[in-house]
Amino acid sequence: MTGAQILFLVCAGLILGSAVMVVTARNLMHAAFWLIAALFGVAVVYAILQAGFMAMIQVVIYIGAIAIMFIFADMLTRRDVRESRAQIGRNWPVAVLLGLLILAGLTALILAQPGVGRVAPALPSGLDPVAALGKALVSPDAYVLPFEVASVLLLSALVGAVYLAFLKKQ
Amino acid sequence: MTFWNDPIRFAADWLRDLLTGWGLAAQMTDILLALLGALLLITFSLVLAIFLVWVERKVVARFQDRLGPNRLGPFGLVQPFADIIKLIIKEDITPAGADKFLYNLAPVLALASVLLLWAILPLASVIYGVDLNVALLYLVAAGALGTLAIIMGGWASNNKYALLGAFRMVATMISYEIPMVVSLLIPAILAGTMSVRGITEAQGNVWFFFLSPLAAVIFLISAVAELGRAPFDLNEAESEIIAGFHIEYSGMKFGLFYAGELLHAFTFGGFAALLFFGGYGGFFGLQNLPAFAWLNNPFVQAPVFMLKALIGYWVIMWIKYTMPRVRIDHMLAFNWKFLTPLALILLMTTAVLDRVLDGSNWYVPGLFLSNLLIAWATVEILRAHGRRQRKAEAARVGTGCAQAGAPTAQQ
Amino acid sequence: MSIPLSWYLLLSVALFCVGLFGVLSRRNAIAILLSVELMLNAVNINLVAFWRYLDPARMAGQAFAVIVFAVAAAEVAVGLALIIAVYRRRKTVVADEIDLMKW
Repeated sequence: MTGAQILFLVCAGLILGSAVMVVTARNLMHAAFWLIAALFGVAVVYAILQAGFMAMIQVVIYIGAIAIMFIFADMLTRRDVRESRAQIGRNWPVAVLLGLLILAGLTALILAQPGVGRVAPALPSGLDPVAALGKALVSPDAYVLPFEVASVLLLSALVGAVYLAFLKKQ
Repeated sequence: MTFWNDPIRFAADWLRDLLTGWGLAAQMTDILLALLGALLLITFSLVLAIFLVWVERKVVARFQDRLGPNRLGPFGLVQPFADIIKLIIKEDITPAGADKFLYNLAPVLALASVLLLWAILPLASVIYGVDLNVALLYLVAAGALGTLAIIMGGWASNNKYALLGAFRMVATMISYEIPMVVSLLIPAILAGTMSVRGITEAQGNVWFFFLSPLAAVIFLISAVAELGRAPFDLNEAESEIIAGFHIEYSGMKFGLFYAGELLHAFTFGGFAALLFFGGYGGFFGLQNLPAFAWLNNPFVQAPVFMLKALIGYWVIMWIKYTMPRVRIDHMLAFNWKFLTPLALILLMTTAVLDRVLDGSNWYVPGLFLSNLLIAWATVEILRAHGRRQRKAEAARVGTGCAQAGAPTAQQ
Repeated sequence: MSIPLSWYLLLSVALFCVGLFGVLSRRNAIAILLSVELMLNAVNINLVAFWRYLDPARMAGQAFAVIVFAVAAAEVAVGLALIIAVYRRRKTVVADEIDLMKW
C-alpha cells in the first residue's frame, strides 16, 4: 500500500460518503454542501491523476458556479416545501434495487475486462497537458467541432435560462 | 549554492542532511520538510495579517483626518495584540437556531481560502510555495472557496440579515468572476503561460501594465468586488443589513473573518503587482546588466515585492475609504453592461495584436495605443449615452429642470 | 502511480449508482438535479482516468471531460431556471406535484 493508494482510498471514501449524504439528506441545503464535499473529492482525484487543469476547473465551475447556483435556488424556494414532507419517494426500494443491479452488473463487466489492472504509464516527457489540451480543443483535426457545439450549447442555455427565469413586468 | 542566493533551499538542504543524519528515511524527510515549508508560509502570512491590522487602522485614520492607534508602543504598533486579546476574551456565541457545524466551519474556510493563495505567491524568484502551471485558475478557485465560506456563514447563522448578505455575495461573485477571469487571461496571453512565476519573469523588460493598462484596472475593480470591500461591500453594508454575513459572529470567529479580509486585500495587491507591475523583478531590463546583477538577489527581490504589494493594498484601501457604497442593482448593471463587454473586447484585441505584432518594434506601443483607443471609445460611448439620458430626462420633466435630473451613465 | 485503473472505474460506477438512486427516489426537483451532477461527475472521473491510463499524449479524455463540464453548466442553468419558473406558478418544487400535463 503506497501513499498514493492511501490518498486515493481516503478520497474515494469521502466522495462516496458525501454522495450518499447528498441523496439522503433531509435538509436540501445540507445536501448542497455535501455535494460540494463530493465535488472537492473528485477534484483531488483529478489531481492524483495529474490532470491539474481538470482539478482547477472542477473547483471553479462545479464548486464556484454550479454548487452555488444550487444553494441560490434552495434559498429562493420556500423551506416548508422542501423540508416538511418526505424527501424520498414511495418507490425508493425500486431505486435501490435498480442502483444495486447496475452497480453489480457494471462491476462484473469492469473486472472481466482484460487490462483493467494496469498501472498508469509515465507522462511523455516534454508534454505540457494544459498546452496540449488547449491545442486539442481548437485544432481542426482534433476537437474543435465538439468544442464549438459546446459553446453554442452554453449560449443557448444562457438565453434560455434568462428567458425562463425572467419576471414579466405586469 | 550559498545562503545569500537561495536561502530557503539552503536551509532545506541543511535540515535534510541533519534529519537523514539522524537516521530518518528520505521520503519521510521530504514530507516533513514540505509540512515545515507550508507551516512557515502560513505563519509568515498570519504574522503579516497582525501587522496589516495596524496598517489598516493607521491608514484609515489618516484618510479620515484622525491619528489612529498611537498609545500602545511606538506608533501604536502593539495595538493589534491588544485587539487580539480583546477578541479572545470575548464570549464565543453560537446562535440557538444556527447550523452548528457549518456556522463554525465558515470562518475557518474564509481564512483558509486566503492562505491557499499564498501557496502560489512567489516572494522572490527562488522563494515560492509551488510553481503551478495553472496558477491563475488556482487563484479563481481559491476565490470560489472564499465565497463559499461567506455563503455558508450567512446561511448557517439563521439570521435574515446574514442571509441577505449571503444572497448579495452570490450575485456579486457570480457576476464579477467573469471580468476577473478575462482580465487574468490577458497577462496569460502576453506571457504565454499561466504560471505566476512565468508571468513575472516575462515582465523583465516591460511591465504588463504598460502593455494593457485597462486589464490592470479591470482586475483591480473585480478584485475589489471579490474582496467585498467598499464601494462593493454590499454583502456587509452596515447601514442596510447591519453587518451582513458576519452579524452573528463574535470573538475570534469574527477575528478570523477580519484577518482573512485584510490578508485577502493584501494578497490581491500582491497579485496585481505580480501580474501587471513586474512582481519581485521587472526592473526594465536593468537586472540583466552585469553591474546590476545584485537586483536578482532574493534579499532584494522579496522587499521589492512586499513594497509593491503594500502599494497595491494601499490603493485598495484608498478606494475603500473614499468611495460611497453603490446600490446592488447599479453594481450588477455596471458589471454586466459595462465591465464584461469591455473585458471581452479587450481580450479579443489583445489576442489579435499579440499575434500580429509579435516580434515587431510596434509590439509595446501598439498594445498600449490599442488600450488607449478602447478606453477613449468607451468614454465617448458613455458620454453620448449620458447626454441622451439627460436630454430624455429634460424632455420628460420639462425645460429648465435639466440640471435636476441628470442620471449619468454607470461609470 | 501505483493505482490500478480498475479502482477509478469502480469509484466511478459506485458514484454513478448513488446518483442514479438519487434521481429515481428524490421527490424534490432540485435534489434530482443535484443527483444528476453526481452522475456527470462519475462520467468525468472515467474520462480523465482513461486519458491518464490509455493515451496521455492524445487529449481525448480531457477534451471530452471539458465538454461534459459545459453540458453540466448548461443543464444546471436551464434546470434551475425551469424549477424557479415552475415554483413561481405552482408554489412547489416536488416533482410529483408538477403534474399539469398528466392525463
